[in-house]
Amino acid sequence: MNKNTTWCPGCGNFGIMEALREVTGEKTVIVAGIGCHGKIADYLDVKSFSSLHGRAIAAGQGIKVGNKDLDVICCVGDGDAYNEGVEHLVHAAKRNADITVLVHDNRAFALTARQFTATSPQGFKAGSTPHGSIEAPLNPMELAFAINSTFVARGYSAKKDHLAGIIRQAVDHKGFSFVEVLQPCVAWFNTFPLYNEKVYETEGPFEKEEARKMASEWNYNDEDSFIPLGVFYKEEKPSFEETLINRESVSAGELLKKMI
Amino acid sequence: MQYNILVGGAAGEGSKMAGLVIAKLMSAHGYKVFIHEDYQSLIKGGHNFSLVRATPEGENAVKEEVDILLALNEDTIERHKHRVQGLTVYDSGVASVDHGVGVALDEIVKEAEGIPIMKNTALVASFAKIAGMKFEKTEEVLRRELTIKTEENMRVAKVAYDKSEERMQVEDLNKGPFPIVSGSQAIALGGLAAGMTDYFAYPMTPSTGVLHFLSGIEGVSTFQPESELSVASAALGAAYTGRRVMVGTSGGGFALMTESLSFSAQSEVPLVIALSQRAAPGTGVPTYTAQSDLLFSLFAGHGDIVRFVVAPGDASEAIELSAEALNIAYEYRIPAVILVDKELSENSYTVEEMPEIEKRGEDEFPSKVTSYEHTEDGISTEDPFEVKRMQEKRMSKHGPLKERVEEMDSVRVYGEGEDVLLVWGSNKGVALEVARDMGLKVVQVLVFEPFPTEKLKSALEEARTVISMENNISGQGSFIMRAKGVRIDEEVRKYDARPFTVNYLKEEIKKIVQ
Repeated sequence: MNKNTTWCPGCGNFGIMEALREVTGEKTVIVAGIGCHGKIADYLDVKSFSSLHGRAIAAGQGIKVGNKDLDVICCVGDGDAYNEGVEHLVHAAKRNADITVLVHDNRAFALTARQFTATSPQGFKAGSTPHGSIEAPLNPMELAFAINSTFVARGYSAKKDHLAGIIRQAVDHKGFSFVEVLQPCVAWFNTFPLYNEKVYETEGPFEKEEARKMASEWNYNDEDSFIPLGVFYKEEKPSFEETLINRESVSAGELLKKMI
Repeated sequence: MQYNILVGGAAGEGSKMAGLVIAKLMSAHGYKVFIHEDYQSLIKGGHNFSLVRATPEGENAVKEEVDILLALNEDTIERHKHRVQGLTVYDSGVASVDHGVGVALDEIVKEAEGIPIMKNTALVASFAKIAGMKFEKTEEVLRRELTIKTEENMRVAKVAYDKSEERMQVEDLNKGPFPIVSGSQAIALGGLAAGMTDYFAYPMTPSTGVLHFLSGIEGVSTFQPESELSVASAALGAAYTGRRVMVGTSGGGFALMTESLSFSAQSEVPLVIALSQRAAPGTGVPTYTAQSDLLFSLFAGHGDIVRFVVAPGDASEAIELSAEALNIAYEYRIPAVILVDKELSENSYTVEEMPEIEKRGEDEFPSKVTSYEHTEDGISTEDPFEVKRMQEKRMSKHGPLKERVEEMDSVRVYGEGEDVLLVWGSNKGVALEVARDMGLKVVQVLVFEPFPTEKLKSALEEARTVISMENNISGQGSFIMRAKGVRIDEEVRKYDARPFTVNYLKEEIKKIVQ
């Protein structure tokens, strides 16, 4: 473990790390993506697998297939989850992989010194978009429902205890858990003032229709809507790993004899 | 006595199944069989054929001359009649051939109350009668192979057999039957023998056979993720937990896996990839062959990477070397590539017995692994001293592995002759047959990285002419071997997406040596 953090003072990642410290243990594997958030693997004294950019969710599923006893938490950035690796998010949810995807969503590429991501607001001025991004953002909460996630939640890095409670429920959930975390970036996109004013906690989970309405309440673009937090939705379904075949030792020699 | 039997039809008519059953019939009569599969990238229509080579000693090569042509449609006759030197057996409902043997497949199927796809069963049973095989033995093989609607198929077979006439006598060698194994199946068997627990793959011709075969075996875990990016990343994740994982793909999928190959080198979590080449670049010719990903497999991945790359030449070697790739990858904690091609993957070979294989290497990995440069306890680092030390730690695997490669069966020499045919991969079979007929020696390279330079140089030392042959336009194998200081005097390159035939190679060799 490395005790010397290199995040900016006041970075939203600190809150997420502290929440994770409360809920991780012997059985936890942190699977990290690439970006500021990824450094968390160095800072937490638990098993970790620092993947490639965009691939943490794919690697995390391999880890769960390999050892069903591990609690896999994929700590990924918005770039990892919604840009480069979005196909893994979609399919992990579709197959109800028993992993937790925790998105450190600062709504910007930060470690590469500010560019827009899938959740940056339209008009986001940055290195590659000096006149403002022309793309409207993706609402990841709506995406989570579209891909049939069986656990959908949103937390805020400044509400550490609330977030820890969400992560604990996500890890306990048997199946695919999607946890979107609003994580302000003090260097490039300081959303603390906005979130502090707009977020509110809810007491979920809710019925699907209500939960979906809640997911659409804020579109990740405007600055007027309120932003609900909490466990929006939860559903019990068999997980991918528990329906996988049970491995036995197979003799190649015996197989060959049958191939006459 | 040897037989070259071609079975052809449109896609969907079952010529491949017919070819396999005929191969099994010949195997049951003591012949060692080789099946060359030729099919197009479509589901219905077009032209597919299987070429069954049945010989007492085993010849794993395509020969032009056909002793028996079995045609499910007229197109097959048109395409192959020039090569027939013996009998043509055809569906008399759709074609007519002078001096051929017409079989009324439609009528037979109707009389036996079968369904139209069973025409191939009728053709096979007719063949058995024409070839002088006993019905009991024919029935035994058919029952084993036709596991769906078996009784209907057997009725069709009986009617077809009874309506046909014996025209020749395939001698029963009173041996066999031998196992018949495709290259894809061999890769799977080799992996299993070396302790493979999981196989991950995204479908891509011509590598998909491994996934299909393993998925059909009870007790083997297979996983088909959303892309090759996911396959390779998930494989690394599973390997990290101690599973022995293999993945398979073709060139296009391998391109996507290169990021993980590089990650494997950095993290020291093994990644074993079976790469089945097809004609490229791009989507290329999906169901036809090439050997044009050799350089790609040797250089794929960003950064400096110690890797193990093997190139088996037939199914038996695919078993041995797939096992070796898995073992070496887990012993040295490096990426490994099993480089095959469409021909080896999808052709079938006689494999008499399983080689002795044991599982080697560690299944336990550090609890913190990373794609970043890192200290020995898995914490990322930018420190120049640590970076240099870790680069050297990883690269230090090359020396011992190179020594291992020089010691192992990485170069094989066959026959005697002043001139040498230098070969790699699936061209082994055709090279052996041509060399024997023309009095050449064959030298085969089975490992490309680390390269067995000393072993190969010593095998070629006294050669008068060294002729390198491969299925690509640029001479990729020759390029690498020359870069290692190996002498190559002449080259034969074939790049029409079809394998070398015995006839073609002989003509090419004649131009070089007298």
